[in-house]
Amino acid sequence: MSGNVYVYIIVMAVVTYLIRMLPLTLIRGEIKSRFLKSFLYYVPFVTLSVMTFPDILSATSTPWSGLAGFVTAMFLSYKEKGLIFVSLCSCAVVFVLELVLVGG
Amino acid sequence: MNQNVKKFVQGCHDGIPIGLGYLAVSFSFGIQAIMAGLTVGQAVMMSALNLTSAGQFASLDIIAASGSYIEMALSQAIINLRYCLMSASLSQKVDREKSFLHRFLMAFGVTDEVFALSVSVKGALSPFYSYGQMAVAIPGWTLGTLLGAIAGNILPARVLSALGVALYAMFCAIIVPPAKKNKVLFWIILISMASSVIVAYAPYLMNIPAGYRVILLTVAIAAAAARLRPIGEEEK
Repeated sequence: MSGNVYVYIIVMAVVTYLIRMLPLTLIRGEIKSRFLKSFLYYVPFVTLSVMTFPDILSATSTPWSGLAGFVTAMFLSYKEKGLIFVSLCSCAVVFVLELVLVGG
Repeated sequence: MNQNVKKFVQGCHDGIPIGLGYLAVSFSFGIQAIMAGLTVGQAVMMSALNLTSAGQFASLDIIAASGSYIEMALSQAIINLRYCLMSASLSQKVDREKSFLHRFLMAFGVTDEVFALSVSVKGALSPFYSYGQMAVAIPGWTLGTLLGAIAGNILPARVLSALGVALYAMFCAIIVPPAKKNKVLFWIILISMASSVIVAYAPYLMNIPAGYRVILLTVAIAAAAARLRPIGEEEK
Protein backbone atom coordinates (compact mmCIF):
# COMPACT_ATOMS: atom_id res chain seq x y z
CA MET A 1 0.00 0.00 0.00
CA SER A 2 1.66 3.21 -1.13
CA GLY A 3 -1.13 5.72 -1.83
CA ASN A 4 -2.31 8.00 0.96
CA VAL A 5 -5.39 6.36 2.51
CA TYR A 6 -6.89 9.70 3.50
CA VAL A 7 -6.68 10.94 -0.09
CA TYR A 8 -8.38 7.76 -1.28
CA ILE A 9 -11.19 8.30 1.24
CA ILE A 10 -11.68 11.95 0.27
CA VAL A 11 -11.70 11.08 -3.46
CA MET A 12 -14.33 8.40 -2.82
CA ALA A 13 -16.46 10.65 -0.64
CA VAL A 14 -16.45 13.55 -3.12
CA VAL A 15 -17.26 11.34 -6.14
CA THR A 16 -19.99 9.47 -4.30
CA TYR A 17 -21.57 12.65 -2.96
CA LEU A 18 -21.57 14.34 -6.36
CA ILE A 19 -23.29 11.31 -7.92
CA ARG A 20 -26.03 11.54 -5.32
CA MET A 21 -26.28 15.32 -5.27
CA LEU A 22 -26.15 16.37 -8.93
CA PRO A 23 -29.24 14.52 -10.19
CA LEU A 24 -31.23 15.54 -7.13
CA THR A 25 -30.45 19.22 -7.66
CA LEU A 26 -30.07 19.48 -11.44
CA ILE A 27 -32.68 17.16 -12.92
CA ARG A 28 -36.14 18.61 -12.73
CA GLY A 29 -37.81 16.75 -15.58
CA GLU A 30 -37.87 12.99 -16.20
CA ILE A 31 -34.97 11.22 -17.96
CA LYS A 32 -36.23 10.66 -21.50
CA SER A 33 -33.59 8.47 -23.18
CA ARG A 34 -34.70 4.85 -23.16
CA PHE A 35 -31.11 3.67 -23.59
CA LEU A 36 -29.89 5.72 -20.62
CA LYS A 37 -32.76 4.55 -18.43
CA SER A 38 -32.09 0.93 -19.38
CA PHE A 39 -28.36 1.32 -18.83
CA LEU A 40 -28.84 2.77 -15.34
CA TYR A 41 -31.36 0.06 -14.52
CA TYR A 42 -28.93 -2.74 -15.46
CA VAL A 43 -25.81 -1.26 -13.85
CA PRO A 44 -26.28 -2.52 -10.27
CA PHE A 45 -26.92 -6.09 -11.44
CA VAL A 46 -23.72 -6.25 -13.49
CA THR A 47 -21.60 -4.48 -10.86
CA LEU A 48 -22.69 -6.65 -7.96
CA SER A 49 -22.36 -9.86 -10.03
CA VAL A 50 -18.84 -9.01 -11.15
CA MET A 51 -17.79 -8.04 -7.63
CA THR A 52 -19.22 -11.22 -6.09
CA PHE A 53 -17.80 -13.86 -8.41
CA PRO A 54 -15.08 -15.14 -8.48
CA ASP A 55 -13.92 -12.85 -5.63
CA ILE A 56 -15.98 -14.73 -3.03
CA LEU A 57 -13.73 -17.77 -3.63
CA SER A 58 -10.74 -15.92 -2.23
CA ALA A 59 -12.62 -14.32 0.69
CA THR A 60 -12.30 -17.40 2.93
CA SER A 61 -9.54 -19.76 4.08
CA THR A 62 -10.14 -22.20 1.23
CA PRO A 63 -11.92 -21.72 -2.14
CA TRP A 64 -14.22 -24.65 -1.30
CA SER A 65 -15.76 -22.95 1.71
CA GLY A 66 -16.12 -19.76 -0.34
CA LEU A 67 -17.94 -21.74 -3.02
CA ALA A 68 -20.21 -23.31 -0.40
CA GLY A 69 -20.99 -19.86 0.98
CA PHE A 70 -21.76 -18.65 -2.54
CA VAL A 71 -24.09 -21.57 -3.32
CA THR A 72 -25.87 -21.07 0.01
CA ALA A 73 -26.32 -17.36 -0.68
CA MET A 74 -27.63 -17.94 -4.21
CA PHE A 75 -30.07 -20.61 -3.05
CA LEU A 76 -31.50 -18.60 -0.14
CA SER A 77 -31.65 -15.47 -2.32
CA TYR A 78 -33.63 -17.47 -4.85
CA LYS A 79 -36.00 -18.37 -2.01
CA GLU A 80 -36.28 -14.59 -1.45
CA LYS A 81 -35.05 -14.60 2.15
CA GLY A 82 -34.01 -11.25 3.62
CA LEU A 83 -30.55 -9.67 3.18
CA ILE A 84 -29.38 -10.25 6.73
CA PHE A 85 -30.72 -13.82 6.92
CA VAL A 86 -28.99 -14.79 3.67
CA SER A 87 -25.78 -13.17 4.82
CA LEU A 88 -25.70 -14.88 8.24
CA CYS A 89 -26.62 -18.32 6.86
CA SER A 90 -23.86 -18.05 4.29
CA CYS A 91 -21.35 -17.18 7.04
CA ALA A 92 -22.61 -20.09 9.16
CA VAL A 93 -22.14 -22.59 6.32
CA VAL A 94 -18.57 -21.37 5.75
CA PHE A 95 -17.83 -21.58 9.47
CA VAL A 96 -19.13 -25.14 9.89
CA LEU A 97 -17.54 -26.37 6.66
CA GLU A 98 -14.15 -24.98 7.62
CA LEU A 99 -14.34 -26.71 11.01
CA VAL A 100 -14.65 -29.98 9.06
CA LEU A 101 -12.21 -29.18 6.23
CA VAL A 102 -9.45 -27.38 8.07
CA GLY A 103 -10.16 -28.55 11.61
CA GLY A 104 -10.88 -26.44 14.68
CA MET B 1 -46.40 18.61 17.32
CA ASN B 2 -44.58 20.54 14.62
CA GLN B 3 -45.11 18.86 11.23
CA ASN B 4 -41.36 18.72 10.54
CA VAL B 5 -40.57 17.11 13.90
CA LYS B 6 -43.32 14.59 13.31
CA LYS B 7 -41.83 13.63 9.93
CA PHE B 8 -38.39 13.36 11.49
CA VAL B 9 -39.59 11.01 14.23
CA GLN B 10 -41.46 8.91 11.70
CA GLY B 11 -38.32 8.68 9.57
CA CYS B 12 -36.29 7.52 12.60
CA HIS B 13 -38.91 4.90 13.40
CA ASP B 14 -39.14 3.54 9.85
CA GLY B 15 -35.36 3.60 9.56
CA ILE B 16 -34.69 1.27 12.52
CA PRO B 17 -34.59 -1.95 10.43
CA ILE B 18 -32.19 -0.20 8.06
CA GLY B 19 -29.93 0.87 10.92
CA LEU B 20 -29.86 -2.65 12.38
CA GLY B 21 -29.13 -4.19 8.99
CA TYR B 22 -26.31 -1.72 8.41
CA LEU B 23 -24.87 -2.52 11.84
CA ALA B 24 -24.48 -6.18 10.85
CA VAL B 25 -23.14 -5.59 7.35
CA SER B 26 -20.74 -2.80 8.24
CA PHE B 27 -19.36 -5.03 10.99
CA SER B 28 -17.87 -7.30 8.34
CA PHE B 29 -16.77 -4.25 6.36
CA GLY B 30 -14.84 -3.05 9.42
CA ILE B 31 -13.09 -6.40 9.67
CA GLN B 32 -12.14 -6.40 6.00
CA ALA B 33 -10.94 -2.82 6.13
CA ILE B 34 -8.46 -3.76 8.84
CA MET B 35 -7.33 -6.79 6.83
CA ALA B 36 -6.77 -4.50 3.83
CA GLY B 37 -4.39 -2.44 5.96
CA LEU B 38 -6.54 0.49 7.11
CA THR B 39 -6.45 1.78 10.69
CA VAL B 40 -9.59 1.73 12.83
CA GLY B 41 -9.92 5.50 12.42
CA GLN B 42 -9.60 5.33 8.64
CA ALA B 43 -12.24 2.59 8.41
CA VAL B 44 -14.70 4.59 10.50
CA MET B 45 -13.94 7.78 8.57
CA MET B 46 -14.58 6.00 5.28
CA SER B 47 -17.96 4.70 6.47
CA ALA B 48 -19.04 8.05 7.92
CA LEU B 49 -18.17 9.94 4.73
CA ASN B 50 -19.30 7.41 2.10
CA LEU B 51 -22.24 5.41 3.41
CA THR B 52 -22.10 2.89 0.58
CA SER B 53 -21.47 -0.84 0.91
CA ALA B 54 -20.46 -1.88 -2.61
CA GLY B 55 -18.31 1.19 -3.23
CA GLN B 56 -16.41 0.94 0.06
CA PHE B 57 -16.01 -2.77 -0.39
CA ALA B 58 -14.48 -2.33 -3.85
CA SER B 59 -12.24 0.47 -2.59
CA LEU B 60 -10.42 -1.92 -0.27
CA ASP B 61 -9.08 -3.90 -3.24
CA ILE B 62 -7.88 -0.70 -4.88
CA ILE B 63 -6.21 0.61 -1.72
CA ALA B 64 -4.58 -2.74 -0.98
CA ALA B 65 -3.26 -2.90 -4.56
CA SER B 66 -2.11 0.76 -4.44
CA GLY B 67 -4.36 1.66 -7.37
CA SER B 68 -4.30 5.19 -8.76
CA TYR B 69 -6.64 7.93 -7.50
CA ILE B 70 -8.15 8.00 -10.99
CA GLU B 71 -8.93 4.29 -10.75
CA MET B 72 -10.54 4.93 -7.38
CA ALA B 73 -12.64 7.85 -8.66
CA LEU B 74 -13.75 5.93 -11.77
CA SER B 75 -14.65 2.77 -9.90
CA GLN B 76 -16.69 4.70 -7.33
CA ALA B 77 -18.45 6.62 -10.08
CA ILE B 78 -19.42 3.41 -11.89
CA ILE B 79 -20.27 1.28 -8.87
CA ASN B 80 -22.35 4.06 -7.34
CA LEU B 81 -23.95 5.05 -10.62
CA ARG B 82 -27.19 3.51 -9.44
CA TYR B 83 -27.50 6.33 -6.88
CA CYS B 84 -27.64 8.64 -9.89
CA LEU B 85 -30.83 6.92 -11.00
CA MET B 86 -32.26 6.92 -7.48
CA SER B 87 -31.51 10.61 -6.95
CA ALA B 88 -33.01 11.40 -10.33
CA SER B 89 -36.13 9.54 -9.27
CA LEU B 90 -36.25 11.22 -5.85
CA SER B 91 -35.87 14.64 -7.48
CA GLN B 92 -39.41 14.15 -8.76
CA LYS B 93 -40.78 13.23 -5.36
CA VAL B 94 -39.25 15.77 -2.97
CA ASP B 95 -41.70 18.25 -1.47
CA ARG B 96 -41.38 21.39 -3.62
CA GLU B 97 -42.80 23.60 -0.85
CA LYS B 98 -39.58 23.08 1.11
CA SER B 99 -36.36 24.98 0.43
CA PHE B 100 -34.26 23.77 -2.48
CA LEU B 101 -31.22 23.71 -0.16
CA HIS B 102 -32.60 20.63 1.62
CA ARG B 103 -31.68 18.60 -1.45
CA PHE B 104 -27.97 19.11 -0.85
CA LEU B 105 -28.26 17.50 2.59
CA MET B 106 -30.73 14.78 1.61
CA ALA B 107 -28.39 13.71 -1.20
CA PHE B 108 -25.83 12.42 1.30
CA GLY B 109 -28.25 9.79 2.61
CA VAL B 110 -29.33 8.24 -0.70
CA THR B 111 -28.63 4.49 -0.38
CA ASP B 112 -30.44 1.44 -1.79
CA GLU B 113 -32.43 0.92 1.41
CA VAL B 114 -33.19 4.58 2.14
CA PHE B 115 -34.30 5.00 -1.45
CA ALA B 116 -36.60 1.98 -1.24
CA LEU B 117 -38.21 3.39 1.90
CA SER B 118 -38.44 6.93 0.50
CA VAL B 119 -40.28 5.96 -2.67
CA SER B 120 -42.78 3.93 -0.62
CA VAL B 121 -43.94 7.13 1.16
CA LYS B 122 -47.35 8.34 0.01
CA GLY B 123 -47.36 11.77 -1.64
CA ALA B 124 -44.48 14.23 -1.55
CA LEU B 125 -41.29 13.30 0.32
CA SER B 126 -40.49 15.58 3.27
CA PRO B 127 -36.76 16.30 3.72
CA PHE B 128 -37.28 15.80 7.43
CA TYR B 129 -38.46 12.24 6.86
CA SER B 130 -35.17 11.62 5.05
CA TYR B 131 -33.21 13.23 7.89
CA GLY B 132 -34.96 10.87 10.32
CA GLN B 133 -33.86 7.84 8.32
CA MET B 134 -30.33 9.20 8.05
CA ALA B 135 -30.22 9.83 11.81
CA VAL B 136 -30.60 6.07 12.32
CA ALA B 137 -28.85 4.68 9.23
CA ILE B 138 -25.60 6.67 9.44
CA PRO B 139 -24.83 5.83 13.10
CA GLY B 140 -25.70 2.18 12.42
CA TRP B 141 -23.29 2.02 9.48
CA THR B 142 -20.50 3.89 11.28
CA LEU B 143 -20.82 2.13 14.63
CA GLY B 144 -20.90 -1.30 12.97
CA THR B 145 -17.68 -0.43 11.14
CA LEU B 146 -16.05 0.64 14.39
CA LEU B 147 -17.06 -2.57 16.19
CA GLY B 148 -15.92 -4.73 13.27
CA ALA B 149 -12.62 -2.90 12.99
CA ILE B 150 -11.91 -3.42 16.70
CA ALA B 151 -13.26 -6.98 16.96
CA GLY B 152 -11.31 -7.93 13.84
CA ASN B 153 -8.20 -7.93 16.04
CA ILE B 154 -9.86 -10.10 18.71
CA LEU B 155 -11.98 -12.63 16.82
CA PRO B 156 -10.43 -16.02 15.91
CA ALA B 157 -9.30 -16.52 12.30
CA ARG B 158 -12.02 -19.08 11.65
CA VAL B 159 -14.77 -16.59 12.48
CA LEU B 160 -13.11 -13.90 10.35
CA SER B 161 -12.95 -16.27 7.41
CA ALA B 162 -16.67 -17.03 7.74
CA LEU B 163 -17.58 -13.34 7.97
CA GLY B 164 -15.62 -12.77 4.78
CA VAL B 165 -18.60 -13.92 2.70
CA ALA B 166 -21.15 -11.69 4.48
CA LEU B 167 -21.18 -8.80 2.02
CA TYR B 168 -20.99 -11.04 -1.06
CA ALA B 169 -23.99 -13.00 0.24
CA MET B 170 -25.87 -9.75 0.71
CA PHE B 171 -25.13 -8.77 -2.89
CA CYS B 172 -26.64 -12.08 -4.01
CA ALA B 173 -29.76 -11.33 -1.98
CA ILE B 174 -30.07 -7.98 -3.79
CA ILE B 175 -29.63 -9.20 -7.38
CA VAL B 176 -31.23 -12.67 -7.41
CA PRO B 177 -34.90 -12.08 -6.42
CA PRO B 178 -35.67 -9.60 -9.28
CA ALA B 179 -33.97 -12.01 -11.73
CA LYS B 180 -36.54 -14.75 -10.96
CA LYS B 181 -39.21 -12.90 -12.88
CA ASN B 182 -36.96 -11.24 -15.46
CA LYS B 183 -35.07 -13.45 -17.92
CA VAL B 184 -32.87 -10.58 -19.08
CA LEU B 185 -31.62 -10.02 -15.54
CA PHE B 186 -31.00 -13.74 -15.13
CA TRP B 187 -28.76 -13.78 -18.21
CA ILE B 188 -27.06 -10.54 -17.23
CA ILE B 189 -26.05 -12.04 -13.87
CA LEU B 190 -24.83 -15.25 -15.49
CA ILE B 191 -22.86 -13.47 -18.22
CA SER B 192 -21.42 -10.96 -15.75
CA MET B 193 -20.11 -13.66 -13.42
CA ALA B 194 -18.73 -15.73 -16.29
CA SER B 195 -16.99 -12.71 -17.83
CA SER B 196 -15.63 -11.79 -14.42
CA VAL B 197 -14.04 -15.24 -14.08
CA ILE B 198 -12.48 -14.94 -17.54
CA VAL B 199 -11.03 -11.48 -16.88
CA ALA B 200 -9.80 -12.53 -13.44
CA TYR B 201 -7.97 -15.68 -14.56
CA ALA B 202 -7.21 -15.46 -18.32
CA PRO B 203 -3.60 -14.71 -19.34
CA TYR B 204 -2.92 -10.96 -19.87
CA LEU B 205 -6.48 -10.05 -18.80
CA MET B 206 -5.67 -11.10 -15.23
CA ASN B 207 -3.28 -8.16 -14.98
CA ILE B 208 -6.20 -5.73 -15.10
CA PRO B 209 -6.67 -4.29 -11.58
CA ALA B 210 -9.88 -5.38 -9.79
CA GLY B 211 -11.32 -1.86 -9.84
CA TYR B 212 -10.97 -1.56 -13.61
CA ARG B 213 -12.37 -5.06 -14.11
CA VAL B 214 -15.59 -3.91 -12.41
CA ILE B 215 -15.71 -0.68 -14.42
CA LEU B 216 -15.01 -2.25 -17.83
CA LEU B 217 -17.41 -5.14 -17.45
CA THR B 218 -20.18 -2.98 -15.99
CA VAL B 219 -20.05 -0.43 -18.80
CA ALA B 220 -19.73 -3.09 -21.52
CA ILE B 221 -22.41 -5.50 -20.30
CA ALA B 222 -24.93 -2.90 -19.09
CA ALA B 223 -24.58 -0.94 -22.35
CA ALA B 224 -24.97 -4.09 -24.46
CA ALA B 225 -28.02 -5.11 -22.46
CA ALA B 226 -29.53 -1.65 -22.72
CA ARG B 227 -28.98 -1.71 -26.50
CA LEU B 228 -30.28 -5.25 -27.07
CA ARG B 229 -32.99 -5.41 -24.41
CA PRO B 230 -34.11 -1.88 -23.47
CA ILE B 231 -36.47 -1.87 -20.51
CA GLY B 232 -40.17 -1.41 -21.10
CA GLU B 233 -42.16 1.42 -19.56
CA GLU B 234 -43.37 -0.81 -16.72
CA GLU B 235 -39.85 -1.29 -15.30
CA LYS B 236 -38.72 2.29 -15.09
